[in-house]
Amino acid sequence: MNLTVSQAAFTKAIMTPTLDVPAGLRDAKGDPAGKRFSVYRNNVAVSLTEALIQAFPVIVKLLGNDNFRVLAGQFLRAHPPTSPLMMHYGEALPSFLQGFEPTQQYGYLPDIARLELAIRRSYHAADSAPLHPEALQALPPEKLMLATLEIAPATELISSQWPIFQIWQFNMAAGPKPKMRAEDVLITRPEFDPQNIVLPRCGGIFVQALIQQKIFGDALTAASTHNPEFDLSQTLAALLTGNAITGIKEG
Amino acid sequence: MNVPLQHPFRKLPSATGVGYKPQHFQAIMDNPAPVEWLEIHAENYMGQGGRPLAQLRALASKFAFSVHGVGLSIGSETDLDVDHLDRLKTLCDWLQPAQFSEHLAWSTHDSHFLNDLLPLPYTKDTLTLVANHVDQVQNHLGRTMLLENPSSYLAFAESTFEEYDFLDQITKRTGCGLLLDVNNVFVSATNLNYDPRAYIDAFPIDSVKEIHLGGHDEDEDSDGAPLLIDSHGREIVDPVWALYDYTIAKTGPVPTLIEWDTDVPDWTVLADEAMRADTILTQQSQVAAQ
Repeated sequence: MNLTVSQAAFTKAIMTPTLDVPAGLRDAKGDPAGKRFSVYRNNVAVSLTEALIQAFPVIVKLLGNDNFRVLAGQFLRAHPPTSPLMMHYGEALPSFLQGFEPTQQYGYLPDIARLELAIRRSYHAADSAPLHPEALQALPPEKLMLATLEIAPATELISSQWPIFQIWQFNMAAGPKPKMRAEDVLITRPEFDPQNIVLPRCGGIFVQALIQQKIFGDALTAASTHNPEFDLSQTLAALLTGNAITGIKEG
Repeated sequence: MNVPLQHPFRKLPSATGVGYKPQHFQAIMDNPAPVEWLEIHAENYMGQGGRPLAQLRALASKFAFSVHGVGLSIGSETDLDVDHLDRLKTLCDWLQPAQFSEHLAWSTHDSHFLNDLLPLPYTKDTLTLVANHVDQVQNHLGRTMLLENPSSYLAFAESTFEEYDFLDQITKRTGCGLLLDVNNVFVSATNLNYDPRAYIDAFPIDSVKEIHLGGHDEDEDSDGAPLLIDSHGREIVDPVWALYDYTIAKTGPVPTLIEWDTDVPDWTVLADEAMRADTILTQQSQVAAQ
């Protein structure tokens, strides 16, 4: 296909506002299109910016709307969507934030972006039927240690050296002022709305091992090695109340 | 999404529909009047589960659906994205919509999706290109599609076809139907300075299986000439209603959709817009019955 105005040139001119409008485009009088081309430039920039604003509400709150728009304007040109599924747009934002000079003093921003992406993945993940807690309790401990737990597709885990759960709560749910600590945030979807919860210390190691389909005993050993006081019952409760366990495969 | 949903809706009623927004779910389930059918943007329902698909499952037992793609990029000078065609097929095979439609436009280049409907020139070459892509879509989905006329902000010097002739040729080559967006006609006619009624007069009206109505924003270009932007973010203006009236007198009753995609209002505001379309449709149905 040989178009006089190639779609490559059209795309490049949209994404680079300083470039001239491609020749061969006309306004109503048959003159070169000029400002009319900026409708497309504007539509693309605005629609992608709005998509990012919807996708990252905590980052928007932390930076303020105007600063976020500056960030979005640079991000969307560096990382335009690679798929028409806008529900996942912004996957590259955490790594982009890592190298984004103006926000370097806010080291937690990339992990907040990871958390917001994980919440969206959870929202759109496949449905699953939860395991009844009694099924877990009914299993003798020696069998449980050899069993593998099936984890719901809507389950996500984000571990951070920053208090990202507290930052999320502070901004989205009027939570208390965040205090510095590392946090493992578990995201579950009991029905349709993803829920965040902070796991007990080293709970992230345990859940990560379960997600990787390690046997229960190995997951427990991994967590207990790092933290002899590891709180198993609270971690299991978080998984069960979040409908995050969907089955048991006995070893 | 493996088991097709069971419902009786094989055809859109020649009545009013709205672009479905999740925040209207309960209002629509409780009291949808005068709305009789719903349209979704396909790409918003390509997740694996959760609330979006659960809402569709509930709504599909009560309403006929139209699936409207906004990301297939049928006007791309390069090949269609087969993965995306597969996703569309999965959605359509599950939801069993009464209709599937897409745009005479492109939105993806070199795997970058621009989230906007971008224009293409109307030439012999692009006619072949678009017709081949429409054929491919129809074969892949195993259903006939509708193609929608775009909003134009500029024209291509190299175009050799009028838009309505181009669309007519596409229907003749592929057997597809057309989705006539009356607001887009008004927007394009204003921006490119032609008579919107003359466009409707020349349009291949027998191929029109659905009509879209929506709101637009008003701006002007650097010469001070009016420049309308197809924003779907407000009420439909009176001249567009008048053009709809004019159109429906020619087509007879056709399924008509109210589109409102940005700054989405409360259900009552949208239902009022639907009521206005419904009144025009009902009058035309009575004329047609006489």
